Amino acid sequence: MTKSKKLLPSGLPRIESIEMRGIVKRFPGVLANDHVDFSVYAGEIHALLGENGAGKSTLMKILYGLYQPEEGQVFLNGRPIEIKSPTDSIAHGIGMIHQHFMLVDNLTVTENVALGLKSSREPRLDLGRVRARILELIDKYGLQLDPDATISDLAVGEQQRVEIIKALYRGAALLVLDEPTAVLTPQEVADLFVIFRQMAKDGHALIFISHKLHEIIDLTDRVTVLRDGRVIGTRQTAEVTKGDLATMMVGRDVLFERVRPTAERGETRLTLKNVTAFDSKRGHRVLKNVSFQIHGGEIVGVAGVSGNGQRQLAEVIAGLWPVSEGKVTIEGQDVTNLPPANMIEAGLSYIPEERMHDGAVKEFSVAENLILQDHIRPPYSKGIFLDFKYIADHARRMIKDFSIKTPGQDTLIKNLSGGNIQKLILARELARRPRVLIAAQPTRGVDIGATEYIHNQLLLQRAEGLATLLISEDLDEVRALSDRIIVMFGGEVMGIVNNDDTTVEELGLMMAGEKRLAVSAAGQALHKKPVAP
Amino acid sequence: MQNPWLKRLQAGRIIDTLLPLVAVAGALIVGAVILFLLDKNPVEAYKAMFTGAFANKNGLADTLVKATPLLLVGLGIAIAFRGGVINIGAEGQLVVGALMTTFIGLSLGEKLPGWLVIIIALAGGALMGGIWGGIPGYLKARLNVNEILSTVMMNQIAVQVGFYLLRGPMIDPAEVAAGTNIPHSARLPKSVDLPRFVDIARALGFTERAKDLGLTGFNAELYGLFAEPTRLHTGLLIAIVMAVLVYILLWRTTIGYRIRAVGISPAASRYAGINVQRYMVLSMGLSGAFAGLAGAVEILGLHHRMFEPLSVSAGYGFSGIVAALFGKLHPLGVIPSSILFGGLLVGGDKMQRAVQIPQVLVTAVLGLVVLFVVGSEIWSRRRANRRVSTGPDELSGAAGEASS
Repeated sequence: MTKSKKLLPSGLPRIESIEMRGIVKRFPGVLANDHVDFSVYAGEIHALLGENGAGKSTLMKILYGLYQPEEGQVFLNGRPIEIKSPTDSIAHGIGMIHQHFMLVDNLTVTENVALGLKSSREPRLDLGRVRARILELIDKYGLQLDPDATISDLAVGEQQRVEIIKALYRGAALLVLDEPTAVLTPQEVADLFVIFRQMAKDGHALIFISHKLHEIIDLTDRVTVLRDGRVIGTRQTAEVTKGDLATMMVGRDVLFERVRPTAERGETRLTLKNVTAFDSKRGHRVLKNVSFQIHGGEIVGVAGVSGNGQRQLAEVIAGLWPVSEGKVTIEGQDVTNLPPANMIEAGLSYIPEERMHDGAVKEFSVAENLILQDHIRPPYSKGIFLDFKYIADHARRMIKDFSIKTPGQDTLIKNLSGGNIQKLILARELARRPRVLIAAQPTRGVDIGATEYIHNQLLLQRAEGLATLLISEDLDEVRALSDRIIVMFGGEVMGIVNNDDTTVEELGLMMAGEKRLAVSAAGQALHKKPVAP
Repeated sequence: MQNPWLKRLQAGRIIDTLLPLVAVAGALIVGAVILFLLDKNPVEAYKAMFTGAFANKNGLADTLVKATPLLLVGLGIAIAFRGGVINIGAEGQLVVGALMTTFIGLSLGEKLPGWLVIIIALAGGALMGGIWGGIPGYLKARLNVNEILSTVMMNQIAVQVGFYLLRGPMIDPAEVAAGTNIPHSARLPKSVDLPRFVDIARALGFTERAKDLGLTGFNAELYGLFAEPTRLHTGLLIAIVMAVLVYILLWRTTIGYRIRAVGISPAASRYAGINVQRYMVLSMGLSGAFAGLAGAVEILGLHHRMFEPLSVSAGYGFSGIVAALFGKLHPLGVIPSSILFGGLLVGGDKMQRAVQIPQVLVTAVLGLVVLFVVGSEIWSRRRANRRVSTGPDELSGAAGEASS
């Protein structure tokens, strides 16, 4: 192999191999990594798969120098290396693309790349040189990006490319990609995969962390599955199916297909009519003329790329965000701009997106969190005094009925796993026998087993006549559960379609704002003729 | 849950419980070094301090007398902290409470039965303190004014109002007549004095003195504390009853549930339909009410007249914060902690006299205690974090696995 062949397009040397051997990392009470072997080679995309708490993050943090292993060794091109800090790992050519972008919104691409790096001509800035180098990288990797654009003007997919440029600029030969597709439209994901494949072809080594099995099947060459801190196996991706991977990950067979039996569509439960809302801090409109209806026995999905008004939509209905124009009614009762307590009274249950922040009090126990809305009502309290016996009984019932894994009802919920907290919130919201349920990102960060459980609960409630608004950035989830799908873009409804009559491509175009369907005043899809946006 | 883990966890809890005492010991050791450098005998100094505060009936009485306002203020501080607001205004709230109580005592004292005036005066003091605390609470809830700043400023206002009233409308007519013009109010009628412990003991028939009963040593001192004339008054009982009531309020009622929920997570509380603003005002108001009650008890139980505001408050508004933190913001924990701090205040005084050290050194030792306690607090929080969490992602999973 000649020297020139060993260089990457960025002009830096390749990492021929990174091997992690026998990595052991303990945290009090938990063996996070139990003699883990993991390797990745130049030109390869290696998927790391596992449920929350399986040890993937720990392993990657060790590789990135954020944790030190207790046993085991990392080898770079066959030589043992010490990675004591991220500075070391960057020096070795390891780059990390985080799930949440680490970009400064009101700076340009160039400025963001330069941020945190020493200027080549201190104390003056060398943005000109940085820009030239970025252009070179853009050219070599075919990334399509304007180095002078301000981050806030870029689409999410473009921001992701900025993160990739940042890593490449810092000399990354190996890239760790932590759930890079979580916030992208299907089309953007496809574009991103083209880039990744090209990078691998050019000699980069890529580690791809994801829980979306079809992406792993699509993109990667090899896949390593972790469970409970141990490697369950490493396979050639071409030789496994989604089902195999799920079984390896969970330790039992998993059903992917959600059975969505035809349900009787009931009366109208929730109506939004021409709802417009503003973000008073930033001074722009977050919801524009949103109209739709949800009926009993129906799950209506809201699809859209993160940040297109979904959160505000949920909060408007929950009474947490002011409506400037339009009307919200629950079962015929006008609840526009009433405080949350009235919405709860009217029969609304809400599973918020930020469950630890909005949906639960983390220093409260399981039992206390289960009565967050209803503690002032009998039988949970008599007068001003809480009835602890009833509250504890209720909590034990919920723990059992919703299979919440917890040492007991008095455990503080900050000690529960994400999936169990989500089950707790689900239990609380469903036990209230709501008329309308808003479920925002109900399975984000939740493992496959809990996801399956939550989905089945939502379908069960649908069969019992609940009206559900399911807001999710995971298009697969929306597709699996919804009867109808509302697509949002820029705070507007781009279209409302019947799930069974639409395609991923059509949804993707609407999510990107490139296609708009006519919507009747009642919020029903008229027909699928595109109109000029 | 695996046993070794559980055991380690419990071991951790024990350390956490003992930690405040270790912190006090640490502060005393550093204080000893300072004393040593000043050429004073630390052993002698601390002996004077301890015996002064805890070894005889007058020392004990003084300790408990000082613990009373500390406890009441500390309860208020604990409520505020639990409710997610920070009240640095207990000084001012205590002063306005004391002023109000004095006003009520003087204007109603001769007209109504003593017990009734006492109740009205205590309630009036608490109400006034509550208003004084509620204003910053309202400003925070409505206009998002930082309550730390506004409570500190309200302290200044309270003190200046006190200066004005005691030099003008509320000044003792006798002082004006005599031409001395010392700025204090007239003495409240004796009928509104809070009973002292000795009064109760005598009413119950304990009229003998300790030596008549043949008691000696510490038993005699203890008997003396309750049955012989000391400054100890029933304000202490009021404070202890209040501690129990605050415990019930915070942990047994829907109001306390909401105060705590708002304190931990305003966002989740709003989501759950709790009026977060209202509970912020309530937490601050209750917090102020307890400081106001402290002022009322000081007037009715100890001073029996209002004088210079800063002498009446005596820094309790600030020491009470330390007592509350030292008591882990738990109403029942504040009881021993305020007794300890009361003892430090009294003992410091005795130490100063015994080994001839400047007053400021006593203050410095108290300051060291605060530093050590706060420091240990951070340390134990880190330990707690290490115990529970591991990393952002693994955090949830780790505990989940450990629990399954």
